[in-house]
Parts: sequence; structure tokens; C-alpha cells
Amino acid sequence: MELAPPELIAKYQPVIGLEVHVQLATRTKIFCSCEMAFGAPPNTNVCPVCLALPGALPVLSMDAVELAVKASLALHCRVNPVSRFARKNYFYPDSPKGYQISQYDEPLAEHGYVDITVDGVKKRIGVTRVHMEDDAGKSVHDGFRDSDRNTYVDLNRCGAPLIEIVSEPDMRSSDEAYAYLTELKQALQFVEVSTCDMEKGHLRCDANVSVMLKGAEKFGTRAEVKNLNSFRFLKLAIDYEIARQVALVESGGRMVQETRLFNADSGETVSMRSKEDAHDYRYFPEPDLVPLRVSDEWKARLAASMPELPADKRQRFVTEYGLREYDAQVLTLTRPMSEFYEEVASVSGDPKTAANWLMGDLAGLLKAAGKEIEESPVSAKHLGELVAMVSKGELTGKSAKDVLPKMFETGEAPGPIVDREGLKTMSDMGAVEKIIDDVIAANPKQVEQYKSGKTAVMGFLVGQVMKASRGQAAANVVNDMLKTKLG
Amino acid sequence: MKLTEKEVRHVANLANLNLTEEEVAKMLVDLDGILEHMDRLKEINTDGVAPMSQVLFDAGDTASLRADVPMPSLPNADALLNAPQPGQGYFKVPKVIERS
Repeated sequence: MELAPPELIAKYQPVIGLEVHVQLATRTKIFCSCEMAFGAPPNTNVCPVCLALPGALPVLSMDAVELAVKASLALHCRVNPVSRFARKNYFYPDSPKGYQISQYDEPLAEHGYVDITVDGVKKRIGVTRVHMEDDAGKSVHDGFRDSDRNTYVDLNRCGAPLIEIVSEPDMRSSDEAYAYLTELKQALQFVEVSTCDMEKGHLRCDANVSVMLKGAEKFGTRAEVKNLNSFRFLKLAIDYEIARQVALVESGGRMVQETRLFNADSGETVSMRSKEDAHDYRYFPEPDLVPLRVSDEWKARLAASMPELPADKRQRFVTEYGLREYDAQVLTLTRPMSEFYEEVASVSGDPKTAANWLMGDLAGLLKAAGKEIEESPVSAKHLGELVAMVSKGELTGKSAKDVLPKMFETGEAPGPIVDREGLKTMSDMGAVEKIIDDVIAANPKQVEQYKSGKTAVMGFLVGQVMKASRGQAAANVVNDMLKTKLG
Repeated sequence: MKLTEKEVRHVANLANLNLTEEEVAKMLVDLDGILEHMDRLKEINTDGVAPMSQVLFDAGDTASLRADVPMPSLPNADALLNAPQPGQGYFKVPKVIERS
């Protein structure tokens, strides 16, 4: 397929909407009590309900509802007091019922949004709806001796609890789509609705992409691109699709509404050539489930149990702690990170210095050891104590940099290490003065240079003092004292 | 007739049913009768009556919900008892990526 060059693409406006499926972190399936276990032997977490044996009836999990409501609230959606399940009818071997239980014209929640920032520009992306549904099983097409003739079906995943989050076609570039998915994932992880582990398929994304000439009012015909199971693929697939569509339209071709599959190996999207009537799902209300009612009271209880959302936390870190936007972003990437930071900030009483130590030295040690912040051998309290010692001038930054790896190694508090190694900043001014006098006496040449205007040698003299004090003299004190003495 | 033979064949195809010519003719009459019956129901004035697709009873919000507690599943062998072609713990089906 020929792709359009950038100067041609620049004439067009891409329009993008995302459909995101998220697996809820319940212990059981959505409509039966089979355990949700990843990686179990095939067809061992199945029962008459999820196998669709005759007479079996679905019973909705309360936890699935609560997580779905929390997700809806995290995406600023209006949760409908009554929503309804519907059957979406289609045949595929991994769906033994012959239909998916989903929600159609009366979804759980509607009218939400996700705020994104791309290149410093803030933008609000609409969330059309959030609805609940069950997952299908897994078809294994390859890897068996008779895979050329047979498909193997594992129904362990069949009946897994999902929410589908449909966005408005509000995104105008692959970067905006990337940012939207990032924010959405982060919000859902913070409220612990889902692990959002893309590798395990707990977060799956389809993109609706169309192009129109810039300034046009009517959207072009869209293609739905499936199989975007990483952030990188999402961006690659959207950019490919934009270039393909522009080339097609520019060469006088006409877009057909179709489903396309992203091929990660070739980096291309390929038409699935599905049958015309494949989308005739004949939805009708699910007769085996009563309408789902979520009272204001229940909703309020769930809302009260939710943690601060990442976007709000980020804003608060800037205003309350005086952090830079970027730092606030890094420190709110995950909930454990943000909680760790807040404890360090609180214990140390110096939020800005706390941010630097956490994002710099501790992050470096964690990275080298291949550990997450949750596994940090240095507790937030201990890091806070270390930062406090530096802030109060009890420990020089240089000494602290030596203490932290020792804390990391032993899990000790900073106090005992500092005492044991005699690293406390020299508070005895007389002792500092003695060292300075010795250094001045030992370096007459440099002192002469300084006095004749070559102030750059000051750095050398300070260095000599620090060396003699084994890093325990406070640099600002040394500086001031040296300047005074050298006149 | 409210229905055409073509529509009967279309609906049968969606439902994965292969009908003989005789069955198509019979279904045409049956389904048409159902649609006519629906038309008669439509004559009743239902203004102010909420649509009902399930039989409801008076109960709290969560009465129809289940606690999220795992229960034992079927052993693999039992799960596959009705499988026309089991293999390696899986249900085996003819290699069909898309229905023809």
C-alpha cells in the first residue's frame, strides 16, 4: 500500500476515537463464580454458566458493578440510575452462548471526559459511555500438531468481567490518542479498577480513524483498527492509517467503512474483509438479568471510597508542594509512587528537596537493582529523615549521597549510619576555621592568585577544605569564611 | 404478507440456520403470523406504561447481585464431556477463522 508523504498529510485533519476494553480486577467472572486466574490450564475455570450449558443462568457480580461504577466516576461520567443488559448476537467458537451479554441503548454511564496535555496544550476528550459486558474465550490457531485443520478453544477467559469505554471522536493526532490512553490507564490504576496490564490483555484498544480536508465540516468515512495491544502499536497503527487513508483519498479512491487489523511485524493495517452483515448483531434486552439499579446512595458510598485521582493529585503537588509540572507528573505516575513521595515530603518537611532525592538518587538505586518503588529497601520515613538532615544542615549533600546507598543496602535509618561513620556536618566553627587556616598556609601561590583578581581559584581552595574535612564541612560556611579571610 | 422470503433467508443466515425450501415457506407463514400478532398488540394504548423486558420484583438495589467469592469450577474432564472433539484439555473445532 502506498502511503501519503508528510506534505500531503498536512492538508488533512485526522479524526480519532478510541474504544478501550478493560478487565475488572474481580476475583470471579462477571456472571458466575468461576475464579479469574491468569495462566491456568485450559478449560479448568469453567462451569455450566460460562460454558453456556442449557438451563444455566447468569448472576451479576456485585464487585464487578462496584468497579465499573468507580471507573465511570474516575472518568467523570454520569452513572445512570438504571441500566440494562442486552444480547449481542454473533457466532464464533470462543463464545459458546452464541451471544455476548453487553449493554446497548441503556449503558451504565455516559457523558464523561479525560483531560490530556500534548506539547503543553491542554485538551478535554469526551467519554461517550462506559458499559459492562462479558469477555469471550481464547481461540488458539497455532502451535498444535493439527493446527492446520483445527482451532483449539480455551474458555477460561470466557465470562471475564469487562468494561468498554468509548470516547468521542475528539482526538486529532496519534499523540493525543496516546495521551488519552495514558491518562485513562493511570486513572483506572489509581482507583484500582484494573491492573490495566496490556501484556495480559487486561487493557485492549481499538481505534476509529478517519481523515478529512482541513476546514471540512463533515468527518470522512472511518476505519476501525483492531489489535492495538501496546501504546507503541497504537501510535504506529494510527499514523499508518492516516497516511494510508490520505493516499487513498488523494488518488481518487473512496474509503469504505471496514475493520482493519494492525500487523505488528509489518507495521501495516490489513482489511479483515468481514462480511457485510457481520455487524447485524440483533441486540435485544437480556431476559435472564434484571435491570441494573445504582442508587444515589450506593454511588455516593463508592465515590467516598475513591482515592484522589492522578490529575487532581498532580495539580495539588504543584500548588501545595511547589513542584514543577514535570516533577509532579513523574511523582504521580503510580499510586505507590505518589504515596511514597507524600510521606517523604511530610517527614522531611522539605517537599522540593524530597522530590529531588526521590526522583534522583533513590530512583537511580531502584533502577539499578531492578526494583519498583513498592519494593524499596529504603522506607519513605527513612528517606524523609535523610532529607531532613540535609535540609537542616546536619549533613552535607555530599555525605548524604554516601549514606543513601548504605541505607539501600541494609534498610537502616540514616541516623545510626551517620553516627557510626562520623559524618555529621562539622558544627564546631573553630575546627572549620582551623582547617581553612591550614589550607591558606599550605597554598600561598593560589592565595596570591586570588588576591590579584583570579577569583576562579576559590573553587580549588574550597575543594581543599572540603577534602581535609572529609566532606563534613558545610560548603556555604566554608565559602563565606574563606572569602572573609582572603579579604 | 409483512415479510419476504429474502428476509427469512437473511434472518436464518444470521442465526446460522440452513433451511430447506419447504422450511423457508413454512417460516415465512409462521414469522408473518408473529408480526401480525405484534401489530395487534400495538393497538393497545400503552402511554404512561414503562417498557418491561424482564419480570421485576420489589427489592433493594443489590438483591439480584452475587458476592464476588470464587466457587469450585468443573474439572476439565467434565467440562469437555459434551465436546464433539476434545484434545489437550481444549475444545477442538474445525479451523474456521470466519464463517462462510
